[in-house]
Amino acid sequence: MKRILWLMVLLGLAGFSLSLAQPRTVKIGFVSTLSGGGAALGIDARDGFNLAVRLLNNQLGGLPVEVIVADDQQNPDVARQAVDRMLKRERVDFMTGIIFSNILLAVGDAIFEEKIHYISLNAGPSEYAGERCNPYFFNVAWQNDNLHEAMGQYVNTRRFENVFILAPNYPAGRDALTGFKRFYKGKIAAEVYNRLNQLDFSAEIAQIRAAKPKAVYTFQPGAMGVNFIKQYAEAGLLREIPLFLPGFSADADVIRAVGRPMVGIYNSSHWALELNNPVNQRFVEEFRKAYNRTPTLYASQGYDAALMLDAAIRAVGGDVSRKDDLRKAFLAGFNSTRGPLKFNPNGYPIQNYYLRQVVQAPNGEIINRLAGNIFSNHSDAYVSQCKLK
Amino acid sequence: MLNGVQFGLMLFLLAAGLTLVFGIMDMINLAHGSLYMIGAYLTATFVGITGVFWLGVLLAVVGTALIGMLLEFSILRQLYRRDHLSQVLATFALILIINEVVRIIWGSQPLLLSAPEGLSGPIEILPGLNYSAFRLTIIGVGLVVAMGLFLLVNNTRVGMWLRAGASNREMAQAMGVPIKPLFTLLFGVGAALCAIAGAFLGPILAVQVGMGESILILAFVVIVIGGIGSVKGALVGALLVGIVDTAGRAFLPLLLSQVASPEVASNLGPALASILIYLLMAVVLFFKPQGLFPART
Amino acid sequence: MPRNWPIPLVLLGLLLVFPPIASATGLEFYTGLVTKIMIFALAASSLNLILGYGGMVSFGHAAYFGVGAYAAAILAREGVSSAWVIWPVAMVLSGLLAFLIGAICLRTRGVYFIMITLAFAQMIYFLVVSFKQYGGEDGLRARRPDFGLFELSDTTLYYLTLAVLTAVLYALYRLVNSRFGRVLQAIRENESRAATIGYPVYQFQLAAFVIAGVLAGLAGVLMAHYTQYASPNLLAWQQSGHLMMMVILGGVGQFWGGVLGAATLLIVEEILQDLTIYWQLGVGLILLLIVLFAPMGIAGLFGRRAR
Repeated sequence: MKRILWLMVLLGLAGFSLSLAQPRTVKIGFVSTLSGGGAALGIDARDGFNLAVRLLNNQLGGLPVEVIVADDQQNPDVARQAVDRMLKRERVDFMTGIIFSNILLAVGDAIFEEKIHYISLNAGPSEYAGERCNPYFFNVAWQNDNLHEAMGQYVNTRRFENVFILAPNYPAGRDALTGFKRFYKGKIAAEVYNRLNQLDFSAEIAQIRAAKPKAVYTFQPGAMGVNFIKQYAEAGLLREIPLFLPGFSADADVIRAVGRPMVGIYNSSHWALELNNPVNQRFVEEFRKAYNRTPTLYASQGYDAALMLDAAIRAVGGDVSRKDDLRKAFLAGFNSTRGPLKFNPNGYPIQNYYLRQVVQAPNGEIINRLAGNIFSNHSDAYVSQCKLK
Repeated sequence: MLNGVQFGLMLFLLAAGLTLVFGIMDMINLAHGSLYMIGAYLTATFVGITGVFWLGVLLAVVGTALIGMLLEFSILRQLYRRDHLSQVLATFALILIINEVVRIIWGSQPLLLSAPEGLSGPIEILPGLNYSAFRLTIIGVGLVVAMGLFLLVNNTRVGMWLRAGASNREMAQAMGVPIKPLFTLLFGVGAALCAIAGAFLGPILAVQVGMGESILILAFVVIVIGGIGSVKGALVGALLVGIVDTAGRAFLPLLLSQVASPEVASNLGPALASILIYLLMAVVLFFKPQGLFPART
Repeated sequence: MPRNWPIPLVLLGLLLVFPPIASATGLEFYTGLVTKIMIFALAASSLNLILGYGGMVSFGHAAYFGVGAYAAAILAREGVSSAWVIWPVAMVLSGLLAFLIGAICLRTRGVYFIMITLAFAQMIYFLVVSFKQYGGEDGLRARRPDFGLFELSDTTLYYLTLAVLTAVLYALYRLVNSRFGRVLQAIRENESRAATIGYPVYQFQLAAFVIAGVLAGLAGVLMAHYTQYASPNLLAWQQSGHLMMMVILGGVGQFWGGVLGAATLLIVEEILQDLTIYWQLGVGLILLLIVLFAPMGIAGLFGRRAR
């Protein structure tokens, strides 16, 4: 009897020392769009996330980290299966990565029900910002409306009358035009929704031509944006009717694809290459070094998501089972590529929104240049409907 | 309207190859769309290497034709005597294989293919009406290829063999038509037509994995409407489908927005336009079960 | 079945004890996978009835599968929580749809039948996608319904699916060996002869078509319960192709063809997915080899060995 007792104590000690020697790893499920028309977004976000993890010595909050990446193919069905796998088989501690709002809305509840914190690095549907806000949901980037609100504000101050607005028919597309209209007070020539993942915009361009607007505002994520701007330019409209875009449709990835016709276009963003803070400077420099391309706002968001996780895990001393404390730590904010970032109770950030213009740099490269400030410490429009504290 | 014609002509290029293969070899080839994808990828690659759009297209067309003939020679030839079900499954398997091979070679991000410099601007076709020069070129190319195909089918010996094969294969074989090389050649022609469609739709759409499947179903609708095995039917069917699809997309939302909110209109519009195509097919089949221009008697 | 009767029983026994073993070894994930396989086995078996025994190559079977799932999801969204309402409504709806589509399509033959069933399935697909209030292209979340007798957890759903599949397979077995089944096969072999003997060919085919539609709808309901979600992908033509692939893989017109095909395809997909991100390449190669070298499907391979 005594021998068995001793054995147990010994075994216990051995186990304890083992657990000391090998602190538990934190598992991150990263489900994102890595193939198809939206792939550029997911790949940039993933590269930004991985870069941050690497610069943190493959640790988050002092814990060794394992990032499990899966491709959702921009398909809600595939995403559900991937998330199911992450939750039930891999038993991840946190999830992030989803680019498209419709995908997030298809899988969000399943994640929250497992009491897993989801740090959105892109999709920011209004559905999760108001009444249906969730304690397990945070968005490190923005609420879907925000960038469009900024552009609505800008187009409004420029006193454009009769604006044609166009977006894909999915949650973020509807949020986009809602956001634009919230701050643009002039006349709307027409409000048109196209199909998500549509690539030929000839019908929409014909409609624009027929409506004879004074300006066009459109939000088209990923390859859709590239195609729209190319076709808009090919139809000769870029010279006739000015085009205004949110930062998503006028970032480094789109500029690389479209090229010269982009020069001169104004767009809105929460982040810019030349934001003057040490976190951003390091990010831009290291990203260029590691991947040999100019980072996009998606990359910055991926990078920030990793920093946000790092800060919160550190704050709870590596005990990721303390869900309530984790939430408090997330809300307290962290030092991002956009400077110190704070969050509203609905999990969305409070931050500045900037005006950018696409220009040709002296070295011939076409890049976005900061052109002013549109909103300071701006919150989303839904936070008052959220009952969380 | 012009957009409809442009899309219809490209559909025709796909459908022409499909209808000949289907009509003459009695072979359902789902992998036809994959050849279209290969054509687009090869174009993007060759244009990138040579820097000259037209040269790239030419190389891609030749390359795709060779790949098509290779496929016929190695795998599809075994399937002629099998039932349609086996053909469907085997060519579906080919789709999966080709998609993954393309993904391994070119990656899963869409490739960018730009219209050639001189054609990327607008052209004034009527006073005050601009139209994309590239799309106009597509229409031109489509018409030229369609005419060439008609000449080939109607005025040459090969064309005569083809027509004979389409209306009665056994008889044609008995009359000494060299079926085997003819089939390989035919497959190469079909693949080349796919490549042309891929090369010219590539700059408008995106060159990506899966681009073949969505258009494949439309091509099947076209050949069923037109009558299997008939090139003329394929042309008429393709133009019909192209115009119905584009016009439906452009005008239905406008019509609907008169009576409903823009959101509802844009929901229903494209869906109705898509349904319209299949409705067209169902109606045609109801009245003419063999399609508009039946090739077989 | 007379000679091989123990195999299904052994399989049933294994399936009965699978969930406790899986959860004891921390492999609950695979309980879900087996549930999914059983659901697809049901759908594929229903397709096999018309494709294999009836010789009707329907390229639109996903329509009934998806409509079943959507009926369950939409009813749940509209506040109907009782499965005793949801199940019959979903099955009647998909049966009705099969009746309408079948009544029109069965007037055509051959390739045209394939294409027109596809056309109708595509119409249903676009119709469903256009209903934004029911999720449109994003699909619709479907809460699990209330059975009254027990709560529908992952495990009870597993046993429910197993029970349904067993019952349906038994019924199908009786059906294909009944006079109805034999007439159906006679029609497949030689339609005009069957007609000359005096069988109402059209009515027989339509009846089989509707039965298959109802069963596919039932599988769709289970699918909606399983994923708690109705996706337009369930209605897409690729799904029809997937189901067809299962049947052909398993063995067209072989009684176990649907089950074998669904299990093989889904397991192969699962294994390959773990091994490589290019898993579809493997699936494609295996399918191609099977078509080229095992034309009777997997059941055909077994059958040959037994003989």
